[in-house]
Amino acid sequence: MSDKKPISSVNDFVVRFANVNGSGSASANEMFARAILRHGVPVSPRNIFPSNIQGLPTWYEVRVTEDGHLGARGGVDMMVAMNPQTWDKDVAGIEPGGYLFYDSTKPMPSTKFRDDITVIGVPLTAITNSTYTDPRQRQLFKNIIYLGALSALLDMDPKLIEQLIGEQYKGKEKLLSSNVHALHLGRDWALQNLKCPTGLRVKKSDKVGDRIFIEGNSAAALGAVYGGATVCAWYPITPSSSVAEAFTAHCKKYRHDPETGKAKYAIVQGEDELASIGIVIGASWNGARAFTATSGPGISLMTEFIGLSYFAEIPAVIMNIQRAGPSTGMPTRTQQCDIIACAYASHGDTKHVLLFPEDPAEAFEFAAAAFDLAERLQTTIFLMLDLDIGMNHRLCRPLKWDDAKQYDRGKVMTAEMLDEGRDFGRYLDVDGDGIPYRTYPGTHPTKGSYFTRGTSRDRYARYSEEGSVYADNMQRLMRKFETAQDLVPRPLQANAERPTKYGVIYFGSTTPAMDEAIGLLEARGHQLDRLRIRAFPFHSSVASFLAEHDFVYVVEQNRDSQLRQLIVNENGIDPVRLVPIVHYDGSPITARFIAKAIGDHQDHIKVTPLRKAVS
Amino acid sequence: MTYIAKPKFHHPGLKKNELGYTHRDYEGKISTLCAGCGHDSITASIIEACYELSIEPHRVAKISGIGCSSKTPDYFLGNSHGFNSVHGRMPSVLTGANLANRDLIYLGVSGDGDSASIGFGQFAHSIRRGVNMTYIVENNGVYGLTKGQFSATADRGSKSKKGVTNTDNAIDLVAIALQLGATFVARSFSGDKTQLVPLIAAAIRHKGASFIDVISPCIAFNNHAGSTKSFDYVREHNDAVNRLDVLVGRDPIAVDYAPGTVQMVEQHDGSRIALRKIDADYDPHDRLGAQTFLQKHAAKGQIVTGLLYVDPDAEDLHEHLNTVETPLNTLEADTLCPGSAALDKFNASLR
Ligand SMILES: Cc1ncc(C[n+]2csc(CCOP(=O)(O)OP(=O)(O)O)c2C)c(N)n1
Ligand code: SF4
Repeated sequence: MSDKKPISSVNDFVVRFANVNGSGSASANEMFARAILRHGVPVSPRNIFPSNIQGLPTWYEVRVTEDGHLGARGGVDMMVAMNPQTWDKDVAGIEPGGYLFYDSTKPMPSTKFRDDITVIGVPLTAITNSTYTDPRQRQLFKNIIYLGALSALLDMDPKLIEQLIGEQYKGKEKLLSSNVHALHLGRDWALQNLKCPTGLRVKKSDKVGDRIFIEGNSAAALGAVYGGATVCAWYPITPSSSVAEAFTAHCKKYRHDPETGKAKYAIVQGEDELASIGIVIGASWNGARAFTATSGPGISLMTEFIGLSYFAEIPAVIMNIQRAGPSTGMPTRTQQCDIIACAYASHGDTKHVLLFPEDPAEAFEFAAAAFDLAERLQTTIFLMLDLDIGMNHRLCRPLKWDDAKQYDRGKVMTAEMLDEGRDFGRYLDVDGDGIPYRTYPGTHPTKGSYFTRGTSRDRYARYSEEGSVYADNMQRLMRKFETAQDLVPRPLQANAERPTKYGVIYFGSTTPAMDEAIGLLEARGHQLDRLRIRAFPFHSSVASFLAEHDFVYVVEQNRDSQLRQLIVNENGIDPVRLVPIVHYDGSPITARFIAKAIGDHQDHIKVTPLRKAVS
Repeated sequence: MTYIAKPKFHHPGLKKNELGYTHRDYEGKISTLCAGCGHDSITASIIEACYELSIEPHRVAKISGIGCSSKTPDYFLGNSHGFNSVHGRMPSVLTGANLANRDLIYLGVSGDGDSASIGFGQFAHSIRRGVNMTYIVENNGVYGLTKGQFSATADRGSKSKKGVTNTDNAIDLVAIALQLGATFVARSFSGDKTQLVPLIAAAIRHKGASFIDVISPCIAFNNHAGSTKSFDYVREHNDAVNRLDVLVGRDPIAVDYAPGTVQMVEQHDGSRIALRKIDADYDPHDRLGAQTFLQKHAAKGQIVTGLLYVDPDAEDLHEHLNTVETPLNTLEADTLCPGSAALDKFNASLR
C-alpha cells in the first residue's frame, strides 16, 4: 500500500526505461518519445548507455515537458524496469509517489518494492511467449508490447503511435502490421487489467510548434555539408563517430553529381587520429574545406598537428564531441572537459578558437561557420559539442540557411593578383589584422610559391631562427587571435528582471538546464544576469559583464572549472569573484543541481535580494 | 641568416626541355646538407627527372616529414609549393592534399626514420589506399638530423659509427610496400643516377601509389666499415634487375636494345617504360615473384635495385572514392551547398 499520494501530473514528468544493452529496446523507447511529440508535447530524451555492446545496463530517459524544459531534470516519475541487474538501483531512483512498471510474469517478493510508489505489473514475458515462438521476435515484440501498455497507462492516443510505426516500416507491410498488433496486445491487456490512466498523463497540446527533433552530431555534420566541407577524415571514437557517419549519409544524399553520379566529397576513415588531422591539414593547405570529428583521446593525439596548424597557419576544423576524461575516462558519459586542452592545444605558445553551440540548431550554424572562420583566420577551429548534445535527440528550432551566402575563402592570392604585381609574403601582415595572404599550390608558374613548415621563418616564409623574426611572427599571431574576437559568435546576455549584482556564465549543452534553473532561482528570491559564452577568444563583453557584477557563477560540466580558468587567465581578473559551479559525474547537469548550488551559495553569502533593497 | 637563395643568373645557352624550361627552373635553394650527403644526389635526380618529363614545376606539390631527407624539397623545384610537415606524417598530409586537388603531381619525400619508425603506420596506409603519389624514402639507415642513432631499416649486425652492433631486425620498406599493394615499387641507390632518374620519372608518370626506396648514405654517421648503407657497401652488393627508360609521347618508339631483353610497359597516361633486363628471368608484373626474389637476395646480403614491380593499370584513391574529375578545392557554394529548399525538406522530415 502506498503511503505517499501518487504523483499526478499532465505533460510534465520523467519516464525512465531500464534495459539491457542489445535487447533491441532502443527503437521502441525512441518511438515512445516521438509519440509524445506527436501529441504536441515537447520531450527531452537522453540515452544513458555503457561503453559496451551487449549485456550491460542501459537507460533511456524521456522528460515530458509541456513547458519545454529541455535540460535533464533529475529524478524519475515512472521507471520501466526491464533489467533485473539494475532493479534495486532503479527502484530506489523513483521519486516518492512515483510509479514502477515491471514484467510481472515471475512473482517478486514484496521486499523488492517500495511502499511509497505505485507498482504496475504486466506479465510481458507471458504475453510474448504465448504469442510468439521465435526467440528474436519474442525479444523485439516485448518492447512494443510494453510500449502499448504504457500508451494506455499514460492515456496516449494509439493512432499517433500507429502513425509512427507506419512511417518506420513504410513499404514493409508485414513488419508494420505485426508491430501494430503487438502494440495493441500490450495496450488491450493494460486497459482490461489495470487502472488506466495513472496519475501521469499525456494530453494533446500545441507546444512543439515547428521545432525539429534531431541529434547534435547529425546537425553538425549537415552544417559541414552546407559549409562546403569536401574532405572529411576521421577515426572511430564514441561519441563522435556518428558525425562522420551522418556526414557520409548527408553527402550521399546531397553531394553526388546528378549526371555522372560522382562524389563531390572525399571521406577517409584514417588509420588513427594523427592521420585524420594530417589529411585535414593537407587538404586545407591545398584549398579544400576539410574537417575531422573526434573526442578527448583523439584531441590528445592530434595536438602536434594542431600546433602546426597554428604556427604554419593552415585552416582546419575539428569537431570535438566531448566525453568524460581524463584518459579513457567514461567514454559514454558526457562532460565539457576539454576546454583547456583545446584552447591551448600543443606545445609552445598556442591559442585556438573554440565554438560552443548550445543545441543542434546552433551546432549546424556553427559547423558551417567554422569553415569560413578556419579559412579567414587560417588556423584550427574547434567545434565543441559534447555527448549530451551530440548523441541525444533534441528539440530545436528548424535549421536555416541563407541562399545568398557565399563562402568566405579568406585571404587567398590568385594568379591574377600576383600578375598585378601584388607583394606576396606568406606571413606579411598586409592589413594590420594579423592575417596574411596565402596561395594555393599550383597557382602560378613563377610567383607565389612558398615553403610551409612548422619551423620559424620570416615574413616571406624563408627559414630563419633569428630571435627578432620569431618574436615578430609570434606577435602577429597574437594580433590575429585578437582579430578573431570580433569574428566569432558573440556571447548572449539576458538580464534579470531587476538590477542585480550577481551574474552567471555558462555555455553549450548546459544552456537548457541553466534556463530552467533561472526560474527556480527566481522562485527562491535570487536574481541573476546571464551570459552565455559562445566562443573563445572571449569578446570584450565578457570582461564588461565581469566588471558589472560582484559575483559571477561559472557553471560547467568538469571538475576543474576549466572555462573559469580560461576566463581568469585571459582577462586577468580576480578569481575570487568567479564562483565555480561544477557538475562532473558524467550525467548531464540538471536545473535542480544548478539552482541548488547557486541558491546555497547565494544564501551563504547572505544575499539580501536586491528586490527588497529597491522596493 | 640561415637561408641561402641561389643566384638568379641563367646561362643563355642552357638547354631547354619541351616546355622551354631549363634545368635551373627545376632547382631550389642551395642545400644545407653535409657535403657529399646521398640526399643531395637524390635531389639532383629529382631535378633531372622533372626536367626530362617537361613537368611544369609549379604543378608539383612536394611534401615531406622531418629529418635531413625531409629538408630536401627546399632544394629542388623552387617554384612549387613545399610542405615540411611533422615527423613521420608526410603521408597523411600528402593524402589530404591529393584529395583536395587531384590535378597536381604529388612528390612525397621522407627518411627511413620518418617512414620506418614514427611514420610506419602512415607510410603503410597511404600505400594501401593507393594515393597517387611518388613516395621516395631517402634511406640511410640512421637518424641523420638527430645525429646517428640506428633507424629501423638498419640491418641486424651492422655497426654504428661508434662501433655498436645493431641487434634488431631491419624493416625492408620495399618488401612491405609490395605486400601492401603499392602499384609501383622500386629500389635504387643515390649514387646511381642512371638508374634513379628514369625510376623517378616512371614513378611520377605512374597513376597510383609509387614507392621508391633509395639507399642514400649518410656521410656523417653511416658511411664507415660495418655499415650496410655506406657508399662502398652498396656499390659492392648492388644487384640490379633492370635498367629503364621512360618514353613520353614520342612516337614511334625506337628501342635500341636487343630484342628479347627489352620489355615495354605502357602506363595509364600513355607513357611507356622500356625495361632493359639484366636478370633475364625477372618479371616486374609478378608481385609474388618480386617478393620471393627480394627475400632470396636479401638472405645472400645482396641489395636488389631497379623497378621491382609495376601494375600499369593501377587505380588510385580518387577512383576508389569515385570523386568528381574537378578538383574538390575549386568547388564553391553553388555546387556544394544543397540550399534552403533542401533544408526545409530536411526539417520537415524531423517533425
Ligand atoms: C615527434 C618528434 N620526435 C622526434 C623528433 C626529432 N627528429 C627529427 S629528425 C629525426 C630523425 C630523422 O631521421 P630520418 O627520417 O631517417 O632522416 P635523415 O635525417 O636520416 O635523413 C628525429 C627523430 C621530431 N622532430 N619530432
Ligand atoms: S647528417 Fe647525414 S643525412 Fe644529414 S645531411 Fe649530413 S650526411 Fe646527410
